Amino acid sequence: MTQPSPTPTGGDPGAAPRGRLARFWWVAGLAIAGVVAALAAAFASRDPDGLNAVAIEQGFEEAGKDPGFQVLPGYTIPGLEGTGSTVVAALVGIAVVLLLVFLLGRLLARRRKDRAA
Amino acid sequence: MLLSLVATGPGRAGPPLLHAPDGFLSLPIAVAMWAVTIAVTAYAVKRTNQTFDDRAIPLMGVTAAFIFAAQMFNFQVIGGTSGHLLGGVLAAVLLGPWAGTLVMVAVVAVQGLVFQDGGLVVMGANIFNMGIIGTIGGYAVYRALCGILGGEQRARIPAAGIAAWLAVFFAAGAMALELGLSGTTDLVVALTAMLSIHALIGIGEALITMAALAFIGVTRPDLFSLRDARVAQRA
Repeated sequence: MTQPSPTPTGGDPGAAPRGRLARFWWVAGLAIAGVVAALAAAFASRDPDGLNAVAIEQGFEEAGKDPGFQVLPGYTIPGLEGTGSTVVAALVGIAVVLLLVFLLGRLLARRRKDRAA
Repeated sequence: MLLSLVATGPGRAGPPLLHAPDGFLSLPIAVAMWAVTIAVTAYAVKRTNQTFDDRAIPLMGVTAAFIFAAQMFNFQVIGGTSGHLLGGVLAAVLLGPWAGTLVMVAVVAVQGLVFQDGGLVVMGANIFNMGIIGTIGGYAVYRALCGILGGEQRARIPAAGIAAWLAVFFAAGAMALELGLSGTTDLVVALTAMLSIHALIGIGEALITMAALAFIGVTRPDLFSLRDARVAQRA
């Protein structure tokens, strides 16, 4: 009610908190992702997920083939053992995904600006 | 080793794999799903390029990072089965269906390429099931529910919860359909098994999606306006 903006979500993007607070939010968001990944490494259920449980139950689990290559197989760092291995792998994954999406965003957003210019 | 105590699972270390390996789908189905995924992704690139506001880039990055991390957190369902977040509705509510789809494509691709979670031949199907059908379909449900429930401002969290639950259903149904059409298993049996277990897993999806949106609503509600920022600024 307080935001008579024509957009469905309302609000003014220009009113986003600037400076330290805004920067802190992104850091906090990434920190949350890191903590979630670390907790997942330690406490996530080891049981097969929905698809794999159905595969085992219906006997087509064996149809699954090995990928034939290894980078960080199954969210582990080769040579590292235990939860630590998965924590490090997860942090690498967060960094890779973040970088990839960030570059993608920059690429697409910049193209739009170039066209508008 | 104290650490390795928690990490010993059935057969292998680390969390369970989340995506279909090669061999689960027949080659024609896998190729067809690659074609669909490439076409939708290309369209998502085009639409993102037309509407994406560069102020949303950090949100896009953090959303992707969170979804990647949260997908690893398998939660217990019943009978020795776990489930995990997909995150497509969360991404679409925050970024719109097209940038949201690109986030999901990036996450599932990295899982396959870097972590060997999901085969390369069936990656088109995995991206479609985990990252496209629930993201775009879930977003359509979300917008429809927001309309019915009196606007996005009021209905955001319940609408996202219902859409997230349905998105998991869409994903499970697509996977079951592909398995059945591939001849891997009986179609009706696959549909029944996949949909019934994912009806429960979807509750987890709904809770995580609603919690994440509630957190943003309390801490930085202005982020909700980034999705349509270009419309607001330049229309």
